[in-house]
Amino acid sequence: MPHPQDSNNDQDIYQEHVLDHYEDPYNRGHLASATHAHDGKNPLCGDKIHVDLRLDSDGRVAEAWFDGDGCVISQASASMLLEAIEGKTIEEVEKFSAEDMLSLFGPQLTPNRQKCCLLSWKVLQGALKRPVGTEAAPSVTEDDDEVEPKTSFGGPSLEEEQ
Amino acid sequence: MSLLDTESIRRDFPVLKRNVTGGQPLIYLDNAASTQRPQAVIDAMDECYLHYYSNVHRGIHTLSEESTRAYESARETTREFLNAASAREVIFAAGTTAAINTVARSWGDANVSAGDVILLLISEHHANIIPWHQLAARTGCRVEFIPIDENFEISDETVAEYLERFRPKMFAFAAASNTLGSEYPVQRWTSMAKQYGATVLIDAAQAAPHHQIDVQQWDADFVVFSGHKVCGPTGIGVLYGKEAMLDAMPAFLGGGGMILNVTTEGFTTHELPEKFEAGTPPIVEAIGLAAALKYLTAIGMENIHAHERILGARTDAGLREIDGVRVIGPTADKKGGINSFVIEGVHAHDVSQFLDGRGVAVRAGHHCTMPLHQAIGVTATARASCYLYNTTEEVDQLLAAVADVRAKFARSGRRRRSRRPVGPNA
Repeated sequence: MPHPQDSNNDQDIYQEHVLDHYEDPYNRGHLASATHAHDGKNPLCGDKIHVDLRLDSDGRVAEAWFDGDGCVISQASASMLLEAIEGKTIEEVEKFSAEDMLSLFGPQLTPNRQKCCLLSWKVLQGALKRPVGTEAAPSVTEDDDEVEPKTSFGGPSLEEEQ
Repeated sequence: MSLLDTESIRRDFPVLKRNVTGGQPLIYLDNAASTQRPQAVIDAMDECYLHYYSNVHRGIHTLSEESTRAYESARETTREFLNAASAREVIFAAGTTAAINTVARSWGDANVSAGDVILLLISEHHANIIPWHQLAARTGCRVEFIPIDENFEISDETVAEYLERFRPKMFAFAAASNTLGSEYPVQRWTSMAKQYGATVLIDAAQAAPHHQIDVQQWDADFVVFSGHKVCGPTGIGVLYGKEAMLDAMPAFLGGGGMILNVTTEGFTTHELPEKFEAGTPPIVEAIGLAAALKYLTAIGMENIHAHERILGARTDAGLREIDGVRVIGPTADKKGGINSFVIEGVHAHDVSQFLDGRGVAVRAGHHCTMPLHQAIGVTATARASCYLYNTTEEVDQLLAAVADVRAKFARSGRRRRSRRPVGPNA
């Protein structure tokens, strides 16, 4: 039964382009020729993202792939991000801020859902520093402070209860 | 079994009058996480702050005498609620988590050693797991878990088998699972554990709000619960312990209020219950908690339980009829008002977000029961939990919304559009 609140509008975070990326993601899968890779998860909700990058000799992201599991926001945002940064220089990707990520995503997110949206951004930033074949570095988790947005995002935990 | 007069009850809860997303009425079904406050609780706390608030047990002046009387009267109300033998057995703590940590640190450090076993259920809340993991790290004891079967149940035989195998020093379990909704036979399992000499702690966070509790009948050594889940304030909970147990335990937090005498060399501890209430206690919260317990008792704990069971069964039956929905929990006759579920192909956060769009508040995630979710093989579930103010109409609206979730997120041959421009310099 259709319901007036379900229709797409400016307030709906599941806008058409979000659902499009969720169902038809950009470069979903693993990249055998990856030069850099990283993965991370949001322990609070179980969202997982893995990113494979192939950086070329000009310092550009020649190819960017992701794989993962989780909510619409976490997976669609990963697809949007990798589509957006492929072909950019490392410096350009490093400059791509958390604010840029949220604006790329589009619909306004509450602090708790911003964490879902920023997971792939954190993993991507981590991947730039992790050449494949080197000693495995610890995964990015939601609490990880190795790459933090300049502005503080994310509200109180969704999970604490008692 | 019959339903409560929700029309009258709902008038007692100011927040239920508000609207949420798109001006729709609030349908609050996140009661297992925290409940709402009736006006009586808000008034009792206001009254204290407005007219007689002061620190307790300290000042010889009018306000301190009045505050102390109200605080101790709250302890007596709580004793009655639990049917404890003595008010000395009722310790006010910051919540269920703080209460369990107090037992693990005080009783645990004094009584548990390497090789001992702490036995839990796989369905325990993290608050009843982590303090024991921490105790294991300090003492070398082991933490063991009783599993659930394929119907999400735990039989008496399984409990007996694990008690026999591990002969635990402590058997600590929730009277009701905050995720599965299962209500466990507390008195029977306590009595079985006692035959093996185990100390027993009952996490009553999901039981105290919903039905009559008689700690003497249960016969457990410790029973703990939280204020905010019984329509009371946050920041307060109760640690009930048998007097002999609490007497024999060392104090945990040290500070003002818990001492008889302090010198430059050391200190002697106060009697119960002050021994475990270091620092200025949650005075106004205790007064609010007592008001909440009186409010619920006036309605009748067993009447509340019957109401929730009817709504819980309606939710359970409705969910099981919806294509692609899997209820994570036993059949309705074995649980109260909690129903967790997953929807095929849709993450629990997206379920919750969609339901919020219809004004329905549910919980999504692992509900602080990660080991249980790992055992079941799901990362997250959505959970609808009802309370005395919920109605059958609200349950039906939840079910109607859940039935529409899959259509929203179903694969429908969508394609990405053109590449979007990027970044600050795009």
